[in-house]
Amino acid sequence: MAAPLTDNEALFQFLLRMGDNTLILGHRVSEWCGHSPVLEEDIALANTALDLIGQTQMWLGLAGEVQGEEKSADDLAFLRDVWDFRNVLLVEVPNEDFGRTLMRQFLFDAWHSIQLGHLMKSSDERVAAIAAKTSKEVAYHLERSADTVVGLGDGTEESHGYMQAALDYLWPYVGEMFVSDEVDAAMAKAGIAPDPASLRADYDALIGRVLAEATLNIPDSGFAHKGGRNGKMHTEHLGHLLTQMQWLQRAYPGASW
Amino acid sequence: MSQLHEQPSVDQIWEWLDAVPDPEIPVISLVDLGIIRGVDWQEDTLVVAVTPTYSGCPATAIINLDIETALREHGLDKIQLKTQISPPWTTDWMSEKGRAKLEEFGIAPPQAAGGPERCPNCKSTNVTRVSQFGSTPCKAHWRCQDCLEPFDYFKCI
Ligand SMILES: [Zn+2]
Repeated sequence: MAAPLTDNEALFQFLLRMGDNTLILGHRVSEWCGHSPVLEEDIALANTALDLIGQTQMWLGLAGEVQGEEKSADDLAFLRDVWDFRNVLLVEVPNEDFGRTLMRQFLFDAWHSIQLGHLMKSSDERVAAIAAKTSKEVAYHLERSADTVVGLGDGTEESHGYMQAALDYLWPYVGEMFVSDEVDAAMAKAGIAPDPASLRADYDALIGRVLAEATLNIPDSGFAHKGGRNGKMHTEHLGHLLTQMQWLQRAYPGASW
Repeated sequence: MSQLHEQPSVDQIWEWLDAVPDPEIPVISLVDLGIIRGVDWQEDTLVVAVTPTYSGCPATAIINLDIETALREHGLDKIQLKTQISPPWTTDWMSEKGRAKLEEFGIAPPQAAGGPERCPNCKSTNVTRVSQFGSTPCKAHWRCQDCLEPFDYFKCI
């Protein structure tokens, strides 16, 4: 039996989960820069990625402070290996196509906006401040990803097909966002963050409304891929992503602008 | 030590900061933008609180450098810049002067309704959104249906 988590360790893990989600999704979305189907979408995706990376700086910055080992947000982003990342698997799956990228964004934004709404009332003032700041940006992301999911889902036969395929592929990755463990229990007890399972009803209502408008069918399966947010098992894709994201700090340790 | 009895007033410093242009939209000042949240003397150190516009705004580092440079040019040498994220920045903090200058420059100022009131070019209210995002994190891309000019809209947050 491992020793029980201290409150500080649990808070550190919680902050890594928040910051790693925004970091890895921000990196994935940034892969579209210069490759999008039209200029406006390229700009929108690049701006979304930029917001997410900025949010990462706050979450991982605070994580470094809480950890107390003098690590900066950059140290945590660029010098950890795969097994130390705590993002959900949903954000590390490859972009594949524009439809899947936007569907993934929507499925994440919906959870993110509900989560931040709760974190704004966190008993930890630092967490509440970051949530208040970032929730405004995330509300804007959600507005856009929901609009795009509706536009493409309820669009042509071809775009509808892409969006349904994206939803079918991504659906098994949704469940992980709502699985509670001992870190979550400690956060909920301290009033720092909500129990993830408690967000599911609001989430289902929100995505149910949008996906119905998009004429898309939610798969009838409760199966969930897990292992990202507790670090037990990431997909093979995260390692490939990190080799891209971290190569400069790996090749030239300590390099700065 | 001479700085103590020559210490400029807080009002004077606000005036100096109002002359520091936003690096991305140089027609408005950092004070117009509403991102300077406090100017205080703490003994012989001037503490300036700055709030970021968007979390990932790449101009943030340049803004801090510009503030420090401007204050040094006015002879201050003990300056402390503090990032303050709470309460979060809102476009409600933008000055009337700043809003007017934005429009004059061709950027529609933020509106609570979530879209521009009119085309900054011909003033027509017949405008349509091209994209929710634009050339910088704080802007969206719109177009006038009458004069057909595309223009930036400063997003309301
Ligand atoms: Zn016009």
